[in-house]
Amino acid sequence: MTPRPWRVTGRRRETADSWTLDLEPADDGAPMSFLPGQFNMIYAFGIGEAPISISGDPGADRPLVHTVRDVGAVSAAICRAAPGEVLGVRGPYGSAWPVAALGGRHVLIVAGGVGLAPLRPALRAALERRRELAGLTLLLGGRTPADLLFRDELEELGADPRLELAISVDSAGSGWRGHVGVVTTLIDDLDLDPARATALLCGPEVMMRFAAQALIGRGMDRGDIYLSMERNMKCAVTQCGRCQLGPAFVCREGAVMRYCDIERVLGLREV
Amino acid sequence: MAVEGVATTIERGAFDGLLTAIARSGYELIGPTIRDGAIVYDEIATSADLPIGWTDEQDGGSYRLRRRDDEALFGYAVGPQSWKRFLHPPEVTLWRASRDGDGAMAIESCEDGKPSYAFVGVRSCELHAIAIQDRVMVGGEHPDPFYAARRDGALLVAVNCTVGGGTCFCVSMGTGPRAGPGFDIALTEVIDGGRHYFLCEAGSEPGAAILAAVEQAPARAAEAAAATAAIAVAARHQGRSMEADGIRELLYDNYEHPRWDEVSERCLTCGNCTMVCPTCFCTTVEDSTDLAGAEADRTRRWDSCFTMDFSYVHGGSVRASARSRYRQWMTHKLATWIDQFGTSGCVGCGRCITWCPVAIDITEEVAAIRADAID
Ligand SMILES: Cc1cc2nc3c(=O)[nH]c(=O)nc-3n(C[C@H](O)[C@H](O)[C@H](O)COP(=O)(O)OP(=O)(O)OC[C@H]3O[C@@H](n4cnc5c(N)ncnc54)[C@H](O)[C@@H]3O)c2cc1C
Ligand code: SF4
Ligand code: SF4
Repeated sequence: MTPRPWRVTGRRRETADSWTLDLEPADDGAPMSFLPGQFNMIYAFGIGEAPISISGDPGADRPLVHTVRDVGAVSAAICRAAPGEVLGVRGPYGSAWPVAALGGRHVLIVAGGVGLAPLRPALRAALERRRELAGLTLLLGGRTPADLLFRDELEELGADPRLELAISVDSAGSGWRGHVGVVTTLIDDLDLDPARATALLCGPEVMMRFAAQALIGRGMDRGDIYLSMERNMKCAVTQCGRCQLGPAFVCREGAVMRYCDIERVLGLREV
Repeated sequence: MAVEGVATTIERGAFDGLLTAIARSGYELIGPTIRDGAIVYDEIATSADLPIGWTDEQDGGSYRLRRRDDEALFGYAVGPQSWKRFLHPPEVTLWRASRDGDGAMAIESCEDGKPSYAFVGVRSCELHAIAIQDRVMVGGEHPDPFYAARRDGALLVAVNCTVGGGTCFCVSMGTGPRAGPGFDIALTEVIDGGRHYFLCEAGSEPGAAILAAVEQAPARAAEAAAATAAIAVAARHQGRSMEADGIRELLYDNYEHPRWDEVSERCLTCGNCTMVCPTCFCTTVEDSTDLAGAEADRTRRWDSCFTMDFSYVHGGSVRASARSRYRQWMTHKLATWIDQFGTSGCVGCGRCITWCPVAIDITEEVAAIRADAID
């Protein structure tokens, strides 16, 4: 329950309100190994902790990378942490994207907004093993082109023959050549063999719900769709009780959960 | 010499000898005592601190102490508090952080020593509640060191119920009234004509060692039978009952039952039920710093699923309505808890019924849903 000190060694602005931080241990401890989809509790001195997914490459255990959107006191303080400053980190916690089971599958990554951050380790892992996969598609949604994370990397990925990339924004100026509309509409145009596809979803809950329904509409199995869930969380070890989602604890059974396991509670209001 | 599983008797006159033997073994005595018109758990020294000659009358939204016509030490059901107050305290400082001019940060756990509490007067339902909180707090992958330190050193002196509480339903929940496994010492208080004694059993080696130091006699069959009869009275006189069969499936099938709307019109979302419940474990944390910004700490506090803040995520609370919050609480207690921890989260102690300001009754809510269940 006690965080370890980690020093910020790099800080990049992603969008108007999001930053990516590189962290290195500030004690004698080892760097952190993690599974794609896991998260850490990040502590800003005197202000508080927030659950933040690891957004770095799972192949490299340092630096430890997180991408944070400033939405309130704690996330703002984390975003503000400049190189040299120290944050507290404990983790990693939670479940992982099923990256070991992707061989032979068409991997379909669907991300909305800052939801791309927890998916980035899975994307890196999938690219690493691209030859074993049947296909790799990234469908990405954002409010405007300026709200997209990792834009330099997206630029490269757009030209990468290993990946099919489609981006849709809610609204854009005249310079935008991509789609305009909600990300789920990209699913309708997808070349998809539903029996061979595995979908990894992260974004606002409504977006994930609609995306899952669209994928099921295209014939996908409910067990092949994975979602990264968010709930209020103070301890990340099932003891604060706050992240309950029906019988599950998002910090333990999640954050990555199979759609077939949570479809029922997701369909109910205020569970 | 007391042996595990072999009953003995201790006369009322020797009861203080038992408390002394426990204290001599290095335990801090915690037991029932009267304060502010209720029986609460606090430090005790001698039997004079116990609620001698008092009982509690309980019903939905009501609790009152009344004099008994004898001098029983444990002649009541349960008070507003449970032992959770000591094992999982309402407030704990988890860690302190300090920061120097270079931004270097050191964080140190505030794990304190190991208190050795002896809880005297643990009811059977409370023994079950402790076992349930053990699963939550130390049964998983990340045992809580604060709970573990308090729990490891605790001596549990159970006292079998001989009074049926007005809101009790342990019989329905299979958690009482006779103390099951888990105690170090179990006592049954018997007042039989002019004689006042305790039937004692040791449930562990430390319990047996303590009993060995107390003046006692081997229990005769008639004494054991009198104790069993006294416990049977408690079972017969419970004020509430709940049909617990298939309750998990019942609640899973009834998330949209109209009864949730009905109860939400009465519920004040005050959270009293969660504070008095011996198994409710939810917490929040608070971070603070000194004025200079060099020292900070993190404090953990009991919290309640009835607050808006509990389920807040950016943009709003997941459970904004009172309906969804009462539903979350009751469904957690009786259904999802079973999936999470392998047991029910309710032991039938009745506290949530007694201490609800508007007398909402979990047994009545279950019965109402069962009466016209959606399935
Ligand atoms: C498993 C998980 C992974 C996450 N990964 C990321 C990530 O990679 N990048 C990122 O920017 N954000 C992520 N979040 C969301 C992030 O934790 C919240 O934005 C953050 O806690 C908000 O805290 P605040 O004090 O800045 O905001 P406020 O809105 O002031 O929050 C007040 C309190 O509400 C709670 N809270 C508010 N919003 C959320 C939320 N969305 N999720 C959980 N608790 C919340 C927190 O307890 C917080 O202390 C993740 C959340 C979870 C549960
Ligand atoms: S839910 Fe009510 S009756 Fe059940 S253990 Fe908690 S306080 Fe006691
Ligand atoms: S059920 Fe009763 S005690 Fe619990 S929150 Fe509602 S009004 Fe308060």
